[in-house]
Amino acid sequence: MMPSPWRVAERWDETADTFTVALEPEPRREAPGFAPGQFNMLYAFGAGESAISISGDPALPGRMLHTVRKVGTVTSALALLRPGDTLGLRGPFGTGWPIESLRGRDLLFIAGGIGLAPLRPAIYHALRHRTAYGAIRILLGARTPADLLYPEELANWRKSPGVACAVTVDRGDSDWQGHVGVVTKLISSINLDPRNSAALICGPEVMMRYTAAALREKGLPQESIHVSLERNMKCAVAHCGHCQIGPHFICQEGPVYPLNRIAFWLAQREV
Amino acid sequence: MTPSSVQSILERSRLQDLFDVLHRRGYAVIGPTVRDRAIVCEELRSAAELPEGWGDLQEGGSYRLQRRPDKALFGFAVPTNSWKEWLHPKRLKLLDAHRNPDGSLRFTPGDEDDPPKLAFLGARSCELHAIAIQDRVFLGGAFTDPHYAKRRAAVLIIATNCGTSGGTCFCVSMNTGPKVNRERTPFDIALTELLDESGHRFLLEAGSEAGAVILGELPVRAATESEVTAAETLVANTANRMGRSLDTHRLPETLLANLEHPRWKEVADRCLNCANCTMVCPTCFCTTVEDVTHLTGDHAERWRRWDSCFNLDFTRMHGGPARQSGQSRYRQWLTHKLATWHEQFGSSGCVGCGRCISWCPVGIDLTEEVRALRSP
Ligand SMILES: Cc1cc2nc3c(=O)[nH]c(=O)nc-3n(C[C@H](O)[C@H](O)[C@H](O)COP(=O)(O)OP(=O)(O)OC[C@H]3O[C@@H](n4cnc5c(N)ncnc54)[C@H](O)[C@@H]3O)c2cc1C
Ligand code: SF4
Ligand code: SF4
Repeated sequence: MMPSPWRVAERWDETADTFTVALEPEPRREAPGFAPGQFNMLYAFGAGESAISISGDPALPGRMLHTVRKVGTVTSALALLRPGDTLGLRGPFGTGWPIESLRGRDLLFIAGGIGLAPLRPAIYHALRHRTAYGAIRILLGARTPADLLYPEELANWRKSPGVACAVTVDRGDSDWQGHVGVVTKLISSINLDPRNSAALICGPEVMMRYTAAALREKGLPQESIHVSLERNMKCAVAHCGHCQIGPHFICQEGPVYPLNRIAFWLAQREV
Repeated sequence: MTPSSVQSILERSRLQDLFDVLHRRGYAVIGPTVRDRAIVCEELRSAAELPEGWGDLQEGGSYRLQRRPDKALFGFAVPTNSWKEWLHPKRLKLLDAHRNPDGSLRFTPGDEDDPPKLAFLGARSCELHAIAIQDRVFLGGAFTDPHYAKRRAAVLIIATNCGTSGGTCFCVSMNTGPKVNRERTPFDIALTELLDESGHRFLLEAGSEAGAVILGELPVRAATESEVTAAETLVANTANRMGRSLDTHRLPETLLANLEHPRWKEVADRCLNCANCTMVCPTCFCTTVEDVTHLTGDHAERWRRWDSCFNLDFTRMHGGPARQSGQSRYRQWLTHKLATWHEQFGSSGCVGCGRCISWCPVGIDLTEEVRALRSP
């Protein structure tokens, strides 16, 4: 499958190692829609492709946002792009958060680090259709206060009716007055109605494993816990074999799974 | 009259006619020949290149050519390489990326040419099943692989019923051979090599319109009843002489219930992670991509090449590989082939061709591993 050229319309830093690009099709044409939780394969000229989640508002698909953490070859090449530059894009791929089927429920968004990026479209969607959902809670974990993604937006979310946010960091700094510790700690203090809630989790695999376990302890059934998995990915169309975990091709069936479908494999070591 | 009811005889001395007809119709013939002391598949210009009088001796970690007492052309088990080499090339250019003077990018397909028309001569039943499996992988899902699709559409299959079985064959266990079956794995022509007091000849059966047309151009005569019976007996005897066997009863469930079996460590201690098994396997389909830039800096290419789940980089992520230990990688390979493949593609990922056993430098034998994993 061929990438198509997209132009960087805007680019800004989020944290010291994370930035966001807003992309527009080049030449101008209608952008494909996307579902919250889907991702694109972004190609940096000569460097290669990476799977990057769409982090923008699904109601504004013409402005395709991607929030990228610089960790290696391709993401570093993407970091060098400036407004006006072009990159290659294939997608959107994957099956996203089942946000539509969760209407009527209380929502728990739980993210670790860059995991907030793939969750943000679902948060936008829930806030845009605020009355369709019950209480909304956003629980975030970051390495340090400076690594916290989208702090200004977080401040706005906090002000929305029926939205509660909590943040914890691995290491605080002198100004930090919030929680310190892993994100699972935030779960113990919350009150949730297990029959009418759903959790959407994205973060490192260990974090998701512990978080899911903490939610199970609160009585939340596996079917109401949704996780977004991450694997090495080359083709994004279930042909290269890299993203398999057990029988699952993450790129296509996933990256989002209800826990009951993936729990057996998440419990295995090195699969 | 359905094509299959026609059973004809082509004399060995006229086999070149088959090549001539295929060449006239624009097909390049890919078939077995002797190269570097092994039987391999490659393009053949004439029937004289077939491995006349050669057989093979295959065992765990060992492959040897062996002179046969007769002049059979297909008297060996399976060639070293499989047909996937032509349908799913080892290396393929996916695209060219061009950077225009204004900095914008343009992409052009890297694999645009029409593929050559190929006749696969001598594909065995297990191999037809392997092709059917790769058809499901590349053509049966939500996305079609265009590179595979166009190559596959240009192939004519001239299958062989097996008159010999190898020391590492176990198609009978996998229900994939040794007799080709038109209903399960379509072919264009099937041939059975007959070599007895009455001479050296091939029993031919057309399996498709295209096959029937080609048969019609060959100097054939109708087969006698005894020739048809002789061919059937031959394949039945092959079925009784499998070098290996694999108990497939509840195999997926058994393997998935034993993901922490001590045997995984034991086999990993022997495994070299060389990936030979995945390269020779006719169903293994994994690939990776490579990006290269030209010195001018304004042209880049993206290539796809075969990859293997035995490579450490296969599952590399920012935090390190998901499958770090050799044990987890061998387990991935075996459980994918024999267990999770069923859920993904509706069949086992193993057709019992035995290549991975013969070509494993340390002689690791999946049938033996399964036996060990079945015992607590
Ligand atoms: C479905 C999905 C969505 C993702 N969404 C985002 C996102 O929104 N923002 C973001 O910053 N990152 C995201 N990632 C992770 C991102 O794809 C990797 O960080 C990136 O591929 C690293 O490539 P690199 O060349 O910079 O790193 P290198 O370390 O140089 O890459 C080496 C190799 O490892 C692979 N690789 C390394 N890390 C990962 C990883 N974490 N996941 C998959 N493959 C990896 C690369 O493809 C390459 O093959 C996502 C991954 C997946 C699978
Ligand atoms: S796993 Fe081994 S025996 Fe089975 S099809 Fe592959 S190479 Fe042949
Ligand atoms: S099983 Fe044998 S062929 Fe396969 S990777 Fe291990 S040593 Fe190599």
